[in-house]
Amino acid sequence: MLKEVVVPDVRLKSKSVSNGRPSNIAKAKKMTAKKEPIWIARDLSKCSGCRRCEIACSLAHENRIWPEASRIRVFMLVPGLEFPHFCTQCEDYPCVQACPTKALSINGKTAAVMVDAEACTACGKCVNACPGRIPHMHPTEKHVVICDLCNGDPQCVKVCEKGKYGVLKKVTRRDRAFKLYARRPEEVTRDLASKFYGKQGEEYV
Amino acid sequence: MILGYAGKFLEVDLSAGEIKETKIGENVLRDYVGGRGLAAKILWDRLGDHWENVDPLGSENILLLLTGPLTGFFPGGRTCVSGKSPQCNGVVGSTVGGEFGVELRCAGYDGIIVIGKSKKPVYLFVKDSDVEIGDAGCVWGKDAKQTMTLLTRECRGLLQKRYPRYGEWKEPAMLYIGPAGENEVRTAVVAAKWTHAAGYGGYGAVMGSKRLKAVAVKGTGPLPEVADLDKVRRMTDEVCDGVYENDLWRRWGTGAMGYECGSKLSSEPVRNWQDEWHDERSFGVDKFEDRVWVKRYWCDFGCPTACLKVAVVRDGKFKGAITDNPDYELQAYLGPNLGLFTPEENVYLASVIDDLGLCGIQTGNVLGFAAELFQRNILTQKDLGGIELKWGDAEAFAALARKIAFREGIGDLLAEGTYRAALKISEMKKTDVLQYAVQVKGIGIGAHGIRSGKDYPQAISYACSVQGGDHTSTAGLPLNTSDSELETIFQDSGVYCNFNGFSSTTSFKLRFYKAVTGLQLTKKQWFGEKALRILQLQRAMLLLGGKDLKWNPKRDDDNPPRFYEPLPSGPYKGKAADKVKVEEDKKRYYEAAGWDSDGLPKSQMLRRLGLEDVHKALEKLR
Repeated sequence: MLKEVVVPDVRLKSKSVSNGRPSNIAKAKKMTAKKEPIWIARDLSKCSGCRRCEIACSLAHENRIWPEASRIRVFMLVPGLEFPHFCTQCEDYPCVQACPTKALSINGKTAAVMVDAEACTACGKCVNACPGRIPHMHPTEKHVVICDLCNGDPQCVKVCEKGKYGVLKKVTRRDRAFKLYARRPEEVTRDLASKFYGKQGEEYV
Repeated sequence: MILGYAGKFLEVDLSAGEIKETKIGENVLRDYVGGRGLAAKILWDRLGDHWENVDPLGSENILLLLTGPLTGFFPGGRTCVSGKSPQCNGVVGSTVGGEFGVELRCAGYDGIIVIGKSKKPVYLFVKDSDVEIGDAGCVWGKDAKQTMTLLTRECRGLLQKRYPRYGEWKEPAMLYIGPAGENEVRTAVVAAKWTHAAGYGGYGAVMGSKRLKAVAVKGTGPLPEVADLDKVRRMTDEVCDGVYENDLWRRWGTGAMGYECGSKLSSEPVRNWQDEWHDERSFGVDKFEDRVWVKRYWCDFGCPTACLKVAVVRDGKFKGAITDNPDYELQAYLGPNLGLFTPEENVYLASVIDDLGLCGIQTGNVLGFAAELFQRNILTQKDLGGIELKWGDAEAFAALARKIAFREGIGDLLAEGTYRAALKISEMKKTDVLQYAVQVKGIGIGAHGIRSGKDYPQAISYACSVQGGDHTSTAGLPLNTSDSELETIFQDSGVYCNFNGFSSTTSFKLRFYKAVTGLQLTKKQWFGEKALRILQLQRAMLLLGGKDLKWNPKRDDDNPPRFYEPLPSGPYKGKAADKVKVEEDKKRYYEAAGWDSDGLPKSQMLRRLGLEDVHKALEKLR
């Protein structure tokens, strides 16, 4: 049993890249048990590829069924190895740090990365900064899209739970058992290939 | 514009290397919906006046990849593949699961119409309105898994290069053919993933005849606008909530039937339908689940059922075999039908069939047929190029499947499908082997027998279907109910997965159609007019036939001879199809469908449906 619960420090290392919103970071740190940052924990190998998370996400954000505008995207680089790819809210927020126009910030309530669509120039620096290359451009608008955790009530989790797949689960960030890691699609696919198809699986990536 | 449609179609002329956008009139979309219905209409309009002279494997045939207004909305996305069928010379609306239809609609198209024939192997790459014909030299000859791997890499690479700041590109959705399609094998499929297949119809051969290896699509737009989004959402939730309660389908898919259909219903092909009963517990779904299924839930866009499984053989002789499911059809046809009763052998053979781009049902049918001829000493080991085709020998069947896919030796003959092969072998061996061909109108019968009467209860299920042996589109009475082929035409034209519609009533589906399109569609309009019109078109083209084969309703609107032989064992031992009953039902069906005593659509019916030109074309058969 853990002696103490560690609350992840969502503060940015450098004040200069905090987008002038230190109050948000302070808020994130002062979260009470009820209002603390969440994570969407994931068990990728259980993904069925139903993509109902993409449908739910795009309906919530765009009011359309729009897979490519969804903030959560299901990749299938190899059949049978589908998995959802979306923001993991890194502790050091490299995307926020890399943004030259301060278009990205950290939500004080949820600790999600927020995109200021007006300020974003779609330069792609955040994509390159992300260890998982997770952000992608909105297909028709000139800005990047990143999971905003639906302000603490993620729609993708709801549909995944309804389907009893157990891929996505809303958890508190205090629980280190759910530490998330951003990984590139090829890397995840290789890992899953090895799990499902063994050594030969890697040839298919 | 009618809502729920992207509004335009892509027309690709492979002979000229030209790509253009085509629109289809609103009245046509209202009447023929999409998918199968629209395929019948497009084919009739373009080829109807000389249908019997069109070679399904010639450059004149049209390959259709169509969606419907419900694709992407009604849970379970599919794509309808059609054209003049090299199996039956008619039109089959052959649907396949996957994201292809959804991506296509997100790219702004309701379908792709492929005409002509390329000189060299090509693939089509659609990225929204940027469409190009790419060189497929590097994947020609490659199997299913290699093809998908190489083309996924190539297309993602192109996207990454062209849109370097976009972020990571998801893979495009793909339809492709394996070596069997390239070699114009009539039992070849148009495949998606590893390997969902549009099998019935033999459109892999059509795609191969056009030298079109694959079509890859990436659409970045939204699905088309609908009439009432809230209603679509509510009705979708209703479908999903119902499906999520159905544990049997979700956990086992149709895979539960590999044992159950045989042991309980006596309707599973065993050794080329010499029996339909087996009691082999080694073929139970628990064996599949415990031994080879590594993923319990696998599915395509928007599907709540997830009846698909991923199967891998981890060890032993067949180590490394990977396939989807196998579902009941492949369990049966590449299992008991060939005398095989273990999951490992079944997964192995399914994986071989997948890789070659063959249809598990049609090829399983022709393999079983060949094995029975071997059993009866009609085909010898010498005829089979050295293969000792004994029941239960998975490797012998795999070897023969390879010969079929590459048209080597006897494979060249069997590549013509069971019916055509039977005609040739009868001639060759001077003995009637048609009695062992379990097919209707050139299409091998799906793995559901009618003899026990416990599974497919209607005696004319296959005999009167406009898609022959297709178990997903059987004929049934009364004509204006969900038991009839007209209901099937709705799902194949709306283009969604019928498994997700199991618990929905017909009126629910019609309301769903209205929520998407804004168009009112009553049961009376559907069963009494629109679906009936599509049925007549399919029937007319089926009967007009082709140069090599024509169907005579008196002879060919019938069950295969085997179904009149009594079941030799099991709880329904002695039961067989009843010729008198079949003739009675046939008569009733003809009357209900508006066909005359010769099985031809009556002129009165055709006129009522506004199909005067069909009436005119059928004059030559009267």
